Formats: sequence, C-alpha cells, structure tokens
Amino acid sequence: MQVKRTLWFLPAVLLILAMALAACGGSATPAPTQAPAEQPTQAPEPTKAPEPTKAPEPTMVPAVEVSGTGQPELDKALAGDYAGTVVTMFGPFTGPDEVKFNESVAEFEKQTGIDIQYTGSKEFETTISVRVDAGDPPDIADFPQPGLLGNLAKAGKVIDVSTYMNMDWLHKNYKQAWLDMATMSGSSGDIMAGVWARFNGKSQVWYPKKAWDEAGYPIPKTWDEMMALTQQIADDGDTAWCIGIESGTATGWPATDWMEEIMLRTTSLDNYDKWTRGELPFTSPEVKHAAEVMTDIWFNPDYVFGGREGIVSTFFGDSPAPMFEDPPKCWMHKQGNFITSFFPEGLQAGVDYDFFYLPPIDPQYGKPYLVAGDIYAQFTDRPEVRAVMEYFTTGASLKTWLASGGALSPHNDASLDWYGDDVERKVAEMVQQADSVRFDGSDLMPSEVGAGSFWKGMTDYVAGTVDLDTALAEIDAAWPHK
Amino acid sequence: MTTSPLSQPEVDQPPPSRSRLRETSLGLLTSLAILAFTAVILYAGFIFLRDSKAPKLVVAGVAIVWGVAGVALLYFGANHLVEQLPDRWTALLQPYIFVGPAVAILSWYLLIPSFRTLYISLLDRTSENFVGLQNYIDIFTQRSLISTFRNNLMWIVFGATFAVIFGLLIAVLADRSKFERTAKALIFLPMAISFVGAGIIWNFIYEVKDISVPQIGLLNAIVVALGGTPKAWTASFQPWNNLFLIVIVVWLQTGFAMVLFSAAIKGIPSELTEAARVDGANEVQIFFRITIPYIMGTIITVSTTIVIFTLKIFDVVIVMTGGQFGTEVIATQFYRQYFTNRNFGLGSAFAIILLIAVIPIMIYNLRQFREQEGF
Amino acid sequence: MSVKIGSTRRQRRTSSLLVNSVLILLVLIWSIPTFGLLVSSFRTKEDIQSSGWWKMLPHREWVQVEEFKTKDLDPNSVMTIEGVSGTFKEFRAGVESPDGTRVRWVGNKRRGRIQVEKRQWTMRDDFTLENYNEVLLGGSVNIKRADGTVKAVHGEDLSDAFLNSLAVSVPATIIPILIAAFAAYGFAWMKFPGRRALFILVIAMLVVPLQIALVPILRDYVKLDLNGTFLAVWLAHTGFGLALATYLLFNYISSLPRDILESAFIDGASHFTIFIRLILPLSVPALASFAIFQFLWVWNDYLVALIFIGEKKEVKVLTMRLADLVGSRGSDWHLLTAGAFVSMILPLAVFFGLQRYFVRGLLAGSVKG
Repeated sequence: MQVKRTLWFLPAVLLILAMALAACGGSATPAPTQAPAEQPTQAPEPTKAPEPTKAPEPTMVPAVEVSGTGQPELDKALAGDYAGTVVTMFGPFTGPDEVKFNESVAEFEKQTGIDIQYTGSKEFETTISVRVDAGDPPDIADFPQPGLLGNLAKAGKVIDVSTYMNMDWLHKNYKQAWLDMATMSGSSGDIMAGVWARFNGKSQVWYPKKAWDEAGYPIPKTWDEMMALTQQIADDGDTAWCIGIESGTATGWPATDWMEEIMLRTTSLDNYDKWTRGELPFTSPEVKHAAEVMTDIWFNPDYVFGGREGIVSTFFGDSPAPMFEDPPKCWMHKQGNFITSFFPEGLQAGVDYDFFYLPPIDPQYGKPYLVAGDIYAQFTDRPEVRAVMEYFTTGASLKTWLASGGALSPHNDASLDWYGDDVERKVAEMVQQADSVRFDGSDLMPSEVGAGSFWKGMTDYVAGTVDLDTALAEIDAAWPHK
Repeated sequence: MTTSPLSQPEVDQPPPSRSRLRETSLGLLTSLAILAFTAVILYAGFIFLRDSKAPKLVVAGVAIVWGVAGVALLYFGANHLVEQLPDRWTALLQPYIFVGPAVAILSWYLLIPSFRTLYISLLDRTSENFVGLQNYIDIFTQRSLISTFRNNLMWIVFGATFAVIFGLLIAVLADRSKFERTAKALIFLPMAISFVGAGIIWNFIYEVKDISVPQIGLLNAIVVALGGTPKAWTASFQPWNNLFLIVIVVWLQTGFAMVLFSAAIKGIPSELTEAARVDGANEVQIFFRITIPYIMGTIITVSTTIVIFTLKIFDVVIVMTGGQFGTEVIATQFYRQYFTNRNFGLGSAFAIILLIAVIPIMIYNLRQFREQEGF
Repeated sequence: MSVKIGSTRRQRRTSSLLVNSVLILLVLIWSIPTFGLLVSSFRTKEDIQSSGWWKMLPHREWVQVEEFKTKDLDPNSVMTIEGVSGTFKEFRAGVESPDGTRVRWVGNKRRGRIQVEKRQWTMRDDFTLENYNEVLLGGSVNIKRADGTVKAVHGEDLSDAFLNSLAVSVPATIIPILIAAFAAYGFAWMKFPGRRALFILVIAMLVVPLQIALVPILRDYVKLDLNGTFLAVWLAHTGFGLALATYLLFNYISSLPRDILESAFIDGASHFTIFIRLILPLSVPALASFAIFQFLWVWNDYLVALIFIGEKKEVKVLTMRLADLVGSRGSDWHLLTAGAFVSMILPLAVFFGLQRYFVRGLLAGSVKG
C-alpha cells in the first residue's frame, strides 16, 4: 500500500506541470512569422546610396527585378498577397551553398513576405524518395539529377507546372532545350516536371595558371596536342593529370563525366542521345571506343597523379589540390565549374588558376559542351508555392548566387555582368557559343544505370576488378527491363 | 534447473460482498481517472512540445520528464485498472499489460512492415504486377548481386568471430589486471564514436597518397617506410578489402562484447576458481574448464547479438566505401535498390533474404531458451 | 612447502606480467586510431592533408637547410650537385651524401629547385583550436554579393542541437528500457496463453533491418501529424531498439533466483508490486548497461533522425548539424575531427557515470546453474 501512496504523488505533480504547459504552450502557438512587421507595400528603397565600395558599376540595381513576367501568382505575391505564408524547400546542397541560396532569395522574401524555409541534406536522394512515398513531401525540391525526378514524375507525384505558368514567359526566358529536358512522362501523358534553376558547365580543364606560365606549357587546341602535352609533362618528371573519383555512395561519377565528354567528341549527337536513352548499348563499339580513349590517360601511371590507386581512393573534391602545391604535383584537372569552391582557400580566379576547353577529338563533331544542372520540382499546389516556382523562372532569383560564384544561370534574362569573376563568365559565354550542348548523360539515364551500374562499372574497371568488356556488359545488364 | 513461470497462488476467494463491490467500482473509477488524467497530460505535453517557443533548455527538460513519466503513468494506470477486476480476470489480463505494449510497438514498427516487404518482394519494380519469385531469381543470378552475400558471409565469419574473441580475451585479461578500469574504458571508447566519426578515424589509417608526397594514412606510411608502395586498402584486393572494413567494426564492437563478458566473469564464484587452483589447474585450464562453461549463456547472447549486428551492417559500409569496390552488403543493397533505384521489388527481396538468413540463429536461441526456461 | 609457495608466487608474478603486457598491447592498438583523431582535431586543414598526424610526435626527419635554383643544371644528364652526383630521377628521390646530408630536386625539369636537407629530431607543434571554434560556433561562410562586397554569414552554434539531441536521447533510452523490462518480466515469470508465440515474435524482430520500416512508419506519422516531433523520434527509437532490449533484459531477469520471487508471492505481493519493488532494483546493473548502449546508439543515430525529424530546423539533432556543417564539401576532415570529439563528450560522461554498474552488468546466465 505504501507504494501506491507514493505513486499517487506523481500524477499530482504532473497535473500541475501539464496545466502550466498547456497555458504557455497555448499562448505561444500560432504566432505568425515576422511578416506584418515589414509591409510589402513599401517599395524597395528607391535609391540605395552607392556605398563607396570597390564595386565597378555606378548604378546599383535592386537585387530583385521581376516585373513583366506575366506570371499570375508571382505578380500577386509581389503585391503582397501571400505575406506570412511559408514555403518549404528541400535539396542536396548544404553549407556554403545553402547560405548562397538563402542570400539569393532574401530580397524576394522581404518583398513578398513569403518565408522560404530551405533544408539541405547530404542524403537527399534517399530522403526525398522516402518522404514523397510517405506522403510528406516538401513544397519544392531541388533535383541535381533529372533521372530521379523522372521516376517520381512517372509515379504521378509531381505537379505539372505548365498547367498554371505563363508559357510565353517560359519560352522567352529559357532555351527550348531546357524546356524539353524539363518535360517528362507523368502518370498520364507528358508533364513539365519543374523549372531549371541553375547549371554547371563540365567541359573545362583547370590548370594552375602561375606555375603553368612559368613552365611555359601551351594551351592545347586539339586532343592530340593535349596528349602530346601530357607526354611532355611526363618527360619533365611530373604527372599531368589530377583525377579522383571517390565520392561516397556516388563514387565513380567523375569517370562517367569523362565518358560522356569523349562520347560527344567521338560520335554523333544522335548516338549520344540514343546512348542516354538506352538505345545504344554500352557494349557497342562507340561506347567501348570512348572508354579506351579514356583508358589511355587514366591507366598510364606516368600520366595520372597517384595512378589508378590514387584515382579510386581520392575524394573528387580533394583531387585538384595537388595542382596548387609548390611545385605542382599535377597540372590538369577536368571538372565542372563548381569545383572552384573546392580549391584551396585564397586562390584567385584568372591569376592562380584558369581553364581551357577540353579539346575536340574528331573535328567533324565540332565543339560540344557538356552541362549538368539542378531542376526545382513542385509537390504541393498552393498559390504561394506557385509564386515561388514562378520566381525561380527569372534570372533575378539567381543573381546574388552568380555573384558569389559556383553556379551558372539557364535564364535568358540573366546578364553576363552578374557573374562574380571572369572565369565563370567565360564558362557561361563558352556554353552560349558552343556548337552543341548536351546534358550529363548519366543524370538522364534511369538511376539504376545513371546513379548505379554506370558509376559502379567504371569504378570496378578503374580499380581493376573487372575488364572493360565485363564492366560494360554489367552496366547494360542493370538497365531496367521496362 | 528449469525455471517455469510462476502463477498467482490460488487463494480461497471470499464471496463477493456488497462492500467489496463498492470498493471495486470505486477502484475502477480511480483507475479510469488515472488513465484519463494521463491522457490529458500526454496531450498537453504533446501540444506544448510541438508548438512551444519556450527556451530550448525548458523544452528539452519538459520533453524528458513528459516522455518518461507519461509511459510510467500509462503502465501504472493500466495495471491499476486490471487489479480492480475480479482476481481471475486480473490473472488473465495482467500478463498482457506487461508484454502487450512491447508486442504492440514491435508489431507496428517492425512486424507489419516485414509482412508488407514480403508482399512487395513478390511484385515488380513499381509494385504494379505480380512477378512471383522473379526478384529472388535476379538476385541469385547476377554477379554484382551475388557478391553481396559473399560479403555478408565475410562479415559474420570474421567480424562477429573476432569481436567475440577479442571481447572475451580482454575481459579475462582485465579481470586479472591492476588497470582494469582504465583498460576497459579505453576499449569501450570507440563505442561512443558515431559512424561518421569512425569513418574519419579510419581514413587516417587507410588513406592513400601518391608515393611522391608524405602519406597521411598510418598504414601506408608504414608500408612506404618499409620500402613498399602505397595501397588503396578499401578499394583494391577485392574481395579482401572487405576485411579492412570489418576491422573497423571489430574495433567498435569489441567494447560491447567486453562489457557483457566482463560482467559475466565477475559472477563466477571465486571459490570455484580457487578450488581449481588448489587442485593444480593452470590459468589456461581454468579458462577453458571453468570460465567458458560458466559464462556460456552470455557467450551465446553476445554472439547472437553481434552476428545479427554484422548481418544488418550498414553504416560502416556507407561511410567508408558507399558500397563501391565490391563491398556491398545486404542492407546497403536494400537501401540502394529500394530508395535510389526505386526498384521496390528487388529491394524488398534483399530484405526478406536477410530475414531468412537469420532463422537458424533464431531457432538455436529458442532451443537454448527452451532448455533453460522451460519454454 | 615454503619452496612450493615461492615458486607459485613467482609463477603468479610472471603470469601477471604476461597478462598486463598483453592487455597493454591490445589497449594501445585500440587507442591508436582515436589518438590520431584527437591529435588531428588540433591541426589546421592544410596540415591534416599534407602530413601524417604522428608528425606531431618527436621524430627524426629530413629538414631543409638550404635551397637554390636549378639554373645551370641539365636534368637530362648526370648532374653533380653539392658534391653528390646522380640523374634527374635519382635526385627527385633524393641523393644522400656521405656527410649525412641529402640533396633533392623538387619540382619538374622546367621549374625545379634544389633542396639540401639534414636529418634531425623534430616535432611539429603548430596546434590550433580553430577547428573546435568553427564546429562549436557554427563556422562562417564568406559570400560575395552582387555589389562586390563580401559578407560573412555565421552559422548557428551547436547549443540548440546539443539540447535537441539530449531531448531525443534520454527518453528514447528510458522508454524502451521500461517497456522492455515489463515485457521481459512478463515473459520470464508470468504464465499466459500465447506466451511462447509472442516471445518468438519479439526475438524474430531482432533481425529486421530498420530500413524497411521507414516508409510505412513515416506514412503513419504523416496521418497522425506526428512527423518532426520528439514523440515521433522516441517512438521510432523505441520500436527499433525494443527487440534487443527485451532479449537482453529477458536473459537477465529470467535468471534471477526463483526463491526470492516465490517468497514475495507467499507474502501476497502482486506481480506489479514485485516488479516495481523487487525486480527493478535487482536489475539496476542490467538496466544501466543496456541504457548505455541504447543511449550511444540513439545519440549517434543519423538515419532515424533524418527521416522522422526531416527538415524541421528547430528540432535538428547534433549528428544532423555536424553532417550539415561539413556540407557539400565532404572533404572537410578538420571539421569532422573536432565534431567527432564534441559529439563524444556526453556519451563518455554517461559511460563514466554508469561505469560502476558494469562491475556486475548484464549478468546473463551467471546466476544460473
């Protein structure tokens, strides 16, 4: 009986506690966010006094200029109709990129009163699948691989943005190729599964400019010149290339980029497209030839820093670092323009490093450019979410990000002046002027291949586990039956 | 000796009098009041935790008190309710108050999802059509999938065995040493490290750099100092690179085994070992003739736990190699097939194979219980 | 007689020497990796990537004493530098002279320089607290804005995440143990229909990988509007940890001496009273041991938190914040090293706090016989 008496004491305490909690919990519950404090009707300060910074442009434009898009919900949002609402976003980028993103939407949030809450996770690919399947999707998600989005679109989970957006504006502000790539098969017919937010150029070869100029190496204009240079550097006692393909569960993807670059330079665009659709098998002579061209560089221990052991075990982000040691341990690194944010701190674009275009192999295929990018897809249909999606179709949504570097804009209304440094501007220009532009093939393939067997097959081949024919056959075998 | 469950001693029931009835109904009311009150507390706390903007410290404190006390109250209230019932009912229902919550939670979280997984494993990749055993056939006919099972086998054979052996060895040695506490704390230390942390720790051991620059991985530094060339330990020499991952888990799990073994060894009556010493037995003989048989139950428990742990191994592989270089195991395959490739059928089939693989261990354990506990 | 005792004593002493030296050896092997991490956590990013952590210990190394340009040398022939001669390849590897110096060609043939080195005792002592600073205070990112100014954006510090981890871990440790202890007692000492079947069910659930439950459970949570709450994570950890907790506690509770319980019954105590007054106090060592394991698993968990807490910033736990901190630049080893130690502090405190219970620990099987 003694037990019971003491135990009775517990509920009494808890009751008091609970009442106290209910009281303070209730009062604090639905407090809306800071929206009312800042009246969206207040126009952005008319003339921001040009601070005496080193900024070259004398006229300071407000960060966001998104008038005249004819996008219905966006105009309402800018008029302040959705102040106080929240839009959740989910994506794979974290750390510095997350900060850049938040900066890029800050002005928009201020003007409209919409709170865009972004969360990033390195386990994005898995988490988004789980959450969409469970019926708990974010409002908007950032897909670095359209292949994964394609899977979700096919399952009927994605909102078709063409149902409400002003298509005239989209056609005006995007090249047709981007719109085509955003069009995916839905559960019933084709849908526009999202809008392209930003992209990366991939066909760059980075080099340590200072040491390079001192050593007097020339910029190769053809593949043969590049191979001759590679041999020259080897004769001089160094290894020419920095390559690393380690990337956790995604280990192997830099190898697939190389394959795609060489495919674009050794066979027709038609064949490339067929290849990404699964109509040209990996075992075909074209693909095998591309792998062999790659092998000539990758498997030669005199050409690659660390040899094959180094390639497979070096984190891709660490792999360019030896270029910037004194003296450089390797001299060339092929990678997308995002890699500059992995370079050691304090390096200056155009002074310490620069890039050249990965040269063509067969002149008949011209100068193609390989790109990859992020597409934003929408999972819930509320007016404020529509407004945010519409905002992302404008170049202004990316303006501060372009200034801080690491992204290129797919929007036609984005000015080349917006880029923060000349190197990125040069990439953007080169993509605009390229003979042809193709999207990263592995990102377009279904994830079994593009995020699975292709990575794995190349990794196994480079690590020496299997020979080339086996690797290619195994990549083919993973292609989904349907 | 067998211990069979106790049953409530049969007491002669006095005929229910009026006052007893009143007492019972009063008791019932109290119980219901407790339960209702618990529900209010739980709800109020839940709302508070979901919506509160109070300082983090307060919220965390409330969360802890609310969660723990809530569960305790639920048990108390439910039991109180059952004890007010006639004794026959009490005897019948009370066991379910004890085991019911555990069974219910396990059913919700694991049992039902298991059946669902079994069902999905018989459907195609998008769960639209029935394909029978096709997913299982696929798994057992593709090279890249078969190697998964080879790897899991290596994990069990090497991982579990060495973790148990080292755990036992260290527990026995520590028991005779003056530095027992320090030694045990240091062996246990790795258990406190997250898998991401463990990954980075072992990168400092396995990392490979070009021979022309200083190595930052200890193993390659030793190899280079001895005149060799640096190796990519977790990528080359497949399938033996799996062993380098297994070392990590042995390093992590030995502490677990050691703690349990150490406790069991403390339970050996000292008279037993002293008597053996007097009879002239040496330490090795004591170990094999007394210690091992005496703690056999613990050895089975620990081995079972670690074998199951190695079968389910996931984090270490994801962190170290991401399943590349032929290190894929069943759990990572499930994850990759189900979530990345969205091949629901194939992914589920992997999970079901994992379940089937453990059946022999389960049967062995249950047989042990039956011998000991009169099941 | 005395001779015999002496020899036994000597025998004891040698065996104790053997025991201690083997133990020390094992402990050293076990500690080296963690020690390397500890040392590395005080090194700068560049140092971590360019030299092994053991260079922080005193060691003999080639230290540069002189350096000059390679102007007049022809790397394609045999060269003589500082009194030693060799080919380019030999000099790249370093040529030792009889007086103990080493001459090395650094760089390639076009941009080379000559380093003369001596072997000396040395140790690096450039420790830094910067990694801890950045981890604890959230670090800062420099953003170049459209107008060319650079803005430093500071991350949040870790105190919120630390408290969240605590609020997740403590109930997620105690709740499953409480439920498991009730169940273990029920299975061990109560008789009821279905006892065996239910016990088999619990044991079978030991092997189910938690990954298969993610989607169905999240779906239920969405329906119940539980997602992103502490309760959701507690229940998830309870569900995933319960089978092992019940299994281990059953081993212990079922092996408690039968006569203690029987005499309590004769005194007229109910099952509930016996459980609260007798079994729980007797099981403290077992409960404490398992509590530590469960606490460690929950504290270090990333996957369950990621799925069930999701994107709610205000309830993010430590492991998630640390993963974010490293961010897309997965190579930030220097942050991971410090982060690993920061997240270890509390589990270690718990371990040392509960260590005395390990003296008895989970006495599985030991009381039997």
